[in-house]
Amino acid sequence: MLLSEMNQGQEAVIAKVGGAGAFRRRLLEMGFLRGATLRVEKYAPLKDPLEVTLNGCHVSLRVEEAAHIVMEDA
Amino acid sequence: MASLKKLTIALAGNPNSGKTTTFNNITGTRQKVGNWPGVTVEKKEGHVRFGDYDLTVVDLPGTYSLTTFSIEEIVARNFILENKPDVVVDIIDSSNLERSLYLATQLRELDTQVLFVLNMADLAKDKGIVIDADMLSSLLEVPVIFTVGNRNEGTPDLLKNIISVAESGKGPPAERRVRYSQDIEKSIAVVRNLLQEHAGEGFPYNPRWTAIKLIEADEVVTQLVSKELGLNAAPILDETTRQRNKISNLFDDEPEILMTEQRYGFIAGIVREVVKRSSIKRVDVSRNIDLVLTNRVLGFPIFFFFIWAMFQLTFTLGAYPQTWIERGVELTSMGMTQILPSGLIQDLIVNGIIAGVGSVLIFLPNILILFFCIALFEDTGYMARAAFLMDKVMHLVGLHGKSFIPMLMGFGCNVPAIMAARTLENEKDRILTILINPFMSCSARLPVYVLLAGAFFAEKAGTVIFSIYLLGIVLAIVMGRIFRNTLLKGSVAPFVMELPPYRVPMAKSLMIHMWDRSKLFLKKMGGVILVGSIIIWALSTFPQNETLVRQHEIEKRQVQTTFAVRKPNASQQAINVRMMEQDKALAALDRKYLAMAKEESYLGGIGKFFAPVFAPIGIDWKGGVALFTGFVAKEIVISTMGVLHVTRDDSKKGLAEALKQSGMTPLSAFSMMAFILLYVPCLATVSAIRQETNSWKWTAFSIGYSTTLAWVVAFVIFQGGHLLGLG
Repeated sequence: MLLSEMNQGQEAVIAKVGGAGAFRRRLLEMGFLRGATLRVEKYAPLKDPLEVTLNGCHVSLRVEEAAHIVMEDA
Repeated sequence: MASLKKLTIALAGNPNSGKTTTFNNITGTRQKVGNWPGVTVEKKEGHVRFGDYDLTVVDLPGTYSLTTFSIEEIVARNFILENKPDVVVDIIDSSNLERSLYLATQLRELDTQVLFVLNMADLAKDKGIVIDADMLSSLLEVPVIFTVGNRNEGTPDLLKNIISVAESGKGPPAERRVRYSQDIEKSIAVVRNLLQEHAGEGFPYNPRWTAIKLIEADEVVTQLVSKELGLNAAPILDETTRQRNKISNLFDDEPEILMTEQRYGFIAGIVREVVKRSSIKRVDVSRNIDLVLTNRVLGFPIFFFFIWAMFQLTFTLGAYPQTWIERGVELTSMGMTQILPSGLIQDLIVNGIIAGVGSVLIFLPNILILFFCIALFEDTGYMARAAFLMDKVMHLVGLHGKSFIPMLMGFGCNVPAIMAARTLENEKDRILTILINPFMSCSARLPVYVLLAGAFFAEKAGTVIFSIYLLGIVLAIVMGRIFRNTLLKGSVAPFVMELPPYRVPMAKSLMIHMWDRSKLFLKKMGGVILVGSIIIWALSTFPQNETLVRQHEIEKRQVQTTFAVRKPNASQQAINVRMMEQDKALAALDRKYLAMAKEESYLGGIGKFFAPVFAPIGIDWKGGVALFTGFVAKEIVISTMGVLHVTRDDSKKGLAEALKQSGMTPLSAFSMMAFILLYVPCLATVSAIRQETNSWKWTAFSIGYSTTLAWVVAFVIFQGGHLLGLG
């Protein structure tokens, strides 16, 4: 399952962060690490971007970017 | 008194960690805002005296890391490396300890004195997080203190600790730094040993840190090593590549990714020891606020209401102090007219300098209010939500959600708006935002629209002005898409953005924000406008036609002689009436000759020379001259037209009438408005573009394409309107 396929309110654990170098590293530096629990807080009114909570902190990212993050059930 | 000891303190921390608030608490209003050399990142510096010490406090840009991902990170890292501050104070957001500690571990890898500040511990406590500062301090062997920035608690304690860290004179012990996995540590040791072998004692950077950065393939450090070591760098860089390949093969991932994960692993260990999470989960206030503010249905209406309110405040409330300033400028120029003998000098001061500088000063209230609102959006945390809501729309244009902010500010003034584009990390995004920003019709253009639309469209003026604004937005979208697919091809920067918790803004910080930016704006515009107005004044004053001046004097005397004849027994009242009539006649004469002098001036010549260019878009040579002077500041278009069309009196109404009689039609007025919307932005904006793109090429391109587009659009409007029989 990809992060971009998750529904509002759904919770899961990060399995893998893919994507190009700088983008991937930025995500890691912000705490998007293997094993971290993510919750999809909501999608923006126009369905893109989406807001997730990670370690109690709210982060937004685009749907196409969320498609680089592979999730698995906790 | 003994001389003060000087210390340099750098403040580091994540964005939204309360770094700027802490900076304001330490330095108060004694701060200086400028730019970091060579780049367009804002630099804030302040001074404070504490005991026997004179502290220079530098606010580093807020970053999550110290890699080379953005200009901000490079700037922050270079300052620590090159300027070697006495103490680096790392502001840690207590409610977000893991991520804050990530930056902290990077600071620890540099050879520098650090002090950790746990900020907003009260918020953390509300989230059920309790941090054992003593444990953290002893684990990392770095002094740790608590502050609550937004209540200004703990500032004296912070200063005391800064001094004692600076005086202790030793860095944190090496063994407390992050340890990577065995294989990576081995590679670090190999590169480090090689580095020490070749570089010797003189190498200015910490060898372990340099080795780590080399293995992470850090471009800046790789270049530094090449520069420092010259030919000796080759074996080191070759070995680095070998070690990188070795690690990649072993773990099937890039070393920098592995090292990032391992730093987080190290942090997780620390967090386990120092943090006690209570089981009670408190309410996430920000989440509840966002249930409304970024709601699927309510989000946009509320957003547009805020924007509407901001514009109402800026322009309606701002109009009052604006009239006071207008009056003040008038009084000053009247005073100068009386004090100085009439002649060229008086003309230069009154009509060149005071009029020019006054035309900028008049925008101060708007700018102050606009920046106050923007500071309010930023400090509460709403700005990030605005970007969240708008990203999809902006993305369609090929822009980032964050560029919505500069675009929005463009409606106030393009100068700060273009300066605001520096929040965009990706250079292509930044240049694109800057290129289309001037199409957001700034407030200086509004008075020109009001005059033209008021004169030619009467009750429909509001709708016409709105359509001009809309035209600007539509063209910005079209041009944005075109540029994104041609000149600025490439992916939009990732939109990974934190939505910080909502906070109650501090009055003091709002004031400082507002004033700093206004000051930057005034300083910049003041200088440019001053020079520009003197040039335009000179162009419109010279060459002086002697015969015209003499003719003016003769006619003046004639008027005076005519009025000097008085009836023998005229009452005082009759004399007064007569005097007033004389003044009126003289003023009318002055206006007539002024218009003639302008026509004869260099500027009039330029206007006439370019008349064939302006004719197809329905603008006569007088309009052309006005547009030229509009390069200094758009609103000057009005005063130039006021001079060139000999008006009945000085009022705007008089000018509107004169324009109607000059043969202008509603169609040509609309064409002119469109041209004013699109053609080369004012001098101050051009200099902002030059500064922010750091390129004359982009500046020239911006001027060229916008003016060409202006002409084409005005041509289509005017000729198309003609074909449709609209005038």
